[in-house]
Amino acid sequence: MVERVRVTSPRTTSARRRTPPSAAGEIDAQSQVGEVYLRSLLRTQLRLGLTVLLTLAVLVGGLPLAFRLLPGVTGTRVLGMPLAWGLLGFVVYPTLLLLGWWYVRAAERNEAAFTDVVDPGRRDP
Amino acid sequence: MNHAFGATAVAVVSVLTIGIGIWGLRFSRTTSDFFVASRTVRPALNATAIGGEYLSAASFLGVAGLVLTYGAGMLWYPVGWTAGYLVLLTLVAAPLRRSGAYTLPDFAQARLRSKQVRVATSALVVAIGWLYLIPQLKGAGFTLNLATGLDNRLGGLVVAVVVLVNVVTGGMRSVTFVQAFQYWLKLTALLVPAVFLLMVWFGDGATSPADAVFDLPGRSGWADPLSGLGAHPMYTTYSIIVATFLGTMGLPHVVVRFYTNPDGRAARRTTLVVLGLLGLFYVLPPVYGALGRMYAGDLVGAGTADTVVVELPTRMVGGTGGELLAALLVAGAFAAFLSTSSGLTIAVAGVLSQDVLGRRFGGIASFRLGACIGVGVAYVFAVLAEDVGVATAVGLAFAVAASTFCPLLVLGIWWRRLTDVGAIAGLVVGGLTSGSAVVRTFVATEDSGWFSTLMAQPALWTVPLAFTAMVVGSLLTPDRRPPHVTRFMVRLHTPEAVGVDRG
Repeated sequence: MVERVRVTSPRTTSARRRTPPSAAGEIDAQSQVGEVYLRSLLRTQLRLGLTVLLTLAVLVGGLPLAFRLLPGVTGTRVLGMPLAWGLLGFVVYPTLLLLGWWYVRAAERNEAAFTDVVDPGRRDP
Repeated sequence: MNHAFGATAVAVVSVLTIGIGIWGLRFSRTTSDFFVASRTVRPALNATAIGGEYLSAASFLGVAGLVLTYGAGMLWYPVGWTAGYLVLLTLVAAPLRRSGAYTLPDFAQARLRSKQVRVATSALVVAIGWLYLIPQLKGAGFTLNLATGLDNRLGGLVVAVVVLVNVVTGGMRSVTFVQAFQYWLKLTALLVPAVFLLMVWFGDGATSPADAVFDLPGRSGWADPLSGLGAHPMYTTYSIIVATFLGTMGLPHVVVRFYTNPDGRAARRTTLVVLGLLGLFYVLPPVYGALGRMYAGDLVGAGTADTVVVELPTRMVGGTGGELLAALLVAGAFAAFLSTSSGLTIAVAGVLSQDVLGRRFGGIASFRLGACIGVGVAYVFAVLAEDVGVATAVGLAFAVAASTFCPLLVLGIWWRRLTDVGAIAGLVVGGLTSGSAVVRTFVATEDSGWFSTLMAQPALWTVPLAFTAMVVGSLLTPDRRPPHVTRFMVRLHTPEAVGVDRG
């Protein structure tokens, strides 16, 4: 009987397949790639925040100027009170809520996109 | 008003507050429960608690009094107190929660690794806390006087004692339930009488308050949004806007609340709900101010405009019905004093116990002692500071917070080059300039010069000064940038779901 001998090679000299480092690993190592990931998240979120605040500044911060420059318009009576009362006493609040809602939606979307890139599969349900 | 009804209203609110606090005790076991309710409060409950805590005597009584006295320009206060939460939401909410710190001094120390910054921040938390507590206790004094005939000082003492019992027994966890209850109480207490008052007003022919017959001397443009703001209305308006929009994020009792959220996303959603709850509430106080113009204009001359909210039902509805509505309003006002004072006491006690008393007493014992000291000192100040308006003192607290903690939080969260030297420079410059404005407003008599205007509403110049000092100080000391800053930014800004090293 001839014994069967399996002939194998451990291929110790061949190049080993490296798994590419994960984005989360890059951030942990504070490498240049990790820095790009972090900076892009920070910039996106800051830009979003400042955009919402700029809108707030124009819409609400512009009111005193409007009162000064357009007294005829803001003094128009609506339901017996000058328009300025309606704007400051009522319209302002739903506007603030809408701006906040816009920010929360966009900020969560930015974070979801970041999570998908950096750590796929770990996204919030 | 009928003192029996008033005393009953105050007693019921006190008993309910302490009762819910004791009920909440069942959930309050650890030190973490005391300080941050173990960080497990869901957005809807947390937002209601924030609303309940935030709506103070200045909101419940002060706004209506200001609108009655000075007119449309005062509508900027409630607008700013709400918009402050939008600024907080966009720049601070989620990162602040993710920082994982208990209090503002904890945040400052974690970000800058500096004991000195911690000391400066702690001192400011206590100072702003006291500045905000004083008008609460004073307002409580005159409301109790009106409702029950009790001496002004005794009224403040009653609030101080109820707050202490509540905070000392339950800490943050049980206070969360108490404050959520107090939000709904305040909203109901303002909404129900407003409906009756508006019905009376319609019955009387619904004359516009803008055309009210009697005009007080020197207040002819009551309905004009740029009137009632002193000699320089544009400056004053924008200064109020800067102080309130940017000051909210720096109030110690507001900041502490954010650590009770489970994560950054919940912190944002909580803030959004708060925006809605505050908007709902702030529609109401100006209604009282405007109706007061028709039915209680004499209060302005008597110097008791802050009581207009409680006065209107007896004057407009009258009889037992009017007395009951007035009692409901007293209950709401009393809830406003209790909730805001509790929140401030927790914030001040947290800082005192961690930074001053912690080493000697430790844990819950030092928290309780800190609460006693915090309320006690504020009460002494409230008795001493006889004639400072409720809304004036609260407005100044906002200006100081905007000039110190706003730059620290915004730059600390978004700017990696901030150093401990820069932070201290900004805190000192902002604290000294806005603080001197506070002192001057407390001691000086009224006049209309530019200097007086700048000191009465300092935020428009002190906030840019503080930011500049913080940025310049940091740029001059680049070698003092903390080495861990990038890791800390990862912690502040990456979603919790991502598996990265947060230091």
